[in-house]
Amino acid sequence: MNSHPIEQHIPRLRRYARALVGDRYAADDLVQDTLERAWNKLHLWRQGSDMRAWLFAIMHNVFVNQARSRRQDIERHMEELPVIAVRGTQGQQLELMEVDRALRALPPDQREVLLLVAVEQLTYDETSRALDVPIGTVMSRLSRGRERLRQLTAGGPGSSPLKVVK
Amino acid sequence: MTPVSEEDLQAYADGALEESLRAAVEAHLVEHPDDVARVQAWRDLNAALRAAYNPVLDEPVPERLRLRPVTGTHRHAIAAGLITLGVAVGMAGGWVARGAVYDLPIAGNSSPGFVHQAAIAHAVYSPEVRHPVEVGANEEDHLVRWLSKRLGTELKCPKLGSLGYDLVGGRLLSGPNGPVAHFMFQDARGGRLTLYVSAQRGDSRQTAFRFSQEDKVAVFYWIDGKYGYALSGEVSREALLQVANVVYKQLNP
Repeated sequence: MNSHPIEQHIPRLRRYARALVGDRYAADDLVQDTLERAWNKLHLWRQGSDMRAWLFAIMHNVFVNQARSRRQDIERHMEELPVIAVRGTQGQQLELMEVDRALRALPPDQREVLLLVAVEQLTYDETSRALDVPIGTVMSRLSRGRERLRQLTAGGPGSSPLKVVK
Repeated sequence: MTPVSEEDLQAYADGALEESLRAAVEAHLVEHPDDVARVQAWRDLNAALRAAYNPVLDEPVPERLRLRPVTGTHRHAIAAGLITLGVAVGMAGGWVARGAVYDLPIAGNSSPGFVHQAAIAHAVYSPEVRHPVEVGANEEDHLVRWLSKRLGTELKCPKLGSLGYDLVGGRLLSGPNGPVAHFMFQDARGGRLTLYVSAQRGDSRQTAFRFSQEDKVAVFYWIDGKYGYALSGEVSREALLQVANVVYKQLNP
């Protein structure tokens, strides 16, 4: 099967979108809107440049533009937020749910930076270009996002800090 | 020695530190066990986030994300496929449903483009065994809400149980005028009907029930306001008309 370079990036776009917005269907809506724009703007992509970073930049723009309506939607259906797809033991599942829940409590701009760096493993420079913000802003959002997550997941007495899930 | 900054510690945790600074950061960490713990916590957080979302990579990609836009050469490819499928709906004149409860005015003679698309969608999706729909009937509320949101109107999903057809589910399709809602129903013998709902360009108008016979696929369609509806199935015209009447009545109470 011949697949276009755009199509090869779909699984990673879905991973990032899922982590970013939480709800499976809303995340795939975000991916779909991103792909529609990408296909329409393919002539603007420079041959040889990193397509993944280009796609994340498009997704960022779509995400920001839709943030308001999506926020209202998520609030309306808060009780229906599905559990993210996980495998493994009950204990692991709880841990992953905890990660997901804590991420929802993070401001979107910090969530984006943290996920691009930690999950998508973009460099700070790539992250800065994808989000169209200075690298100093990337660093400060990263720092604040991590600190906030640490408080959220290790805050109360009796709760344990996040561990590496093997 | 230059003091080690917060940024340097972050970069060290992410494996993004410039090599020239590594020695300085490591020397700093020897002196600052608190920072060692913070760096380790950041690394654990990175790993926990990857563990949480990596399973998404292994999920099958939904059909709707695999569709490429119809432009240029793609359009020719689809036209070729259309001929292969034997789908050439709509050149035949309209057929007015005289027995229909709703006696709508007779419209012009050529069938609108969405009827072609609806016939193709029926031919493509109704034989599907494993993935006939994207969202199943067990999530009907979600399905209707989702498709309503994408089409920008409040959709209703007809209930055809009295005619022996149960909802299988639905999916979002991409049509010439944007998103399309596609519902699928099935009877006890596995016979399937599909309802295709898409926005129409131009003036709001109504058409009569119109009929197209396409190879084995029968299509009843009508336009109501800004939306076009097409009900397709491999059944007789009379049987399909009966269902089309019920669908129309339910959507226009």
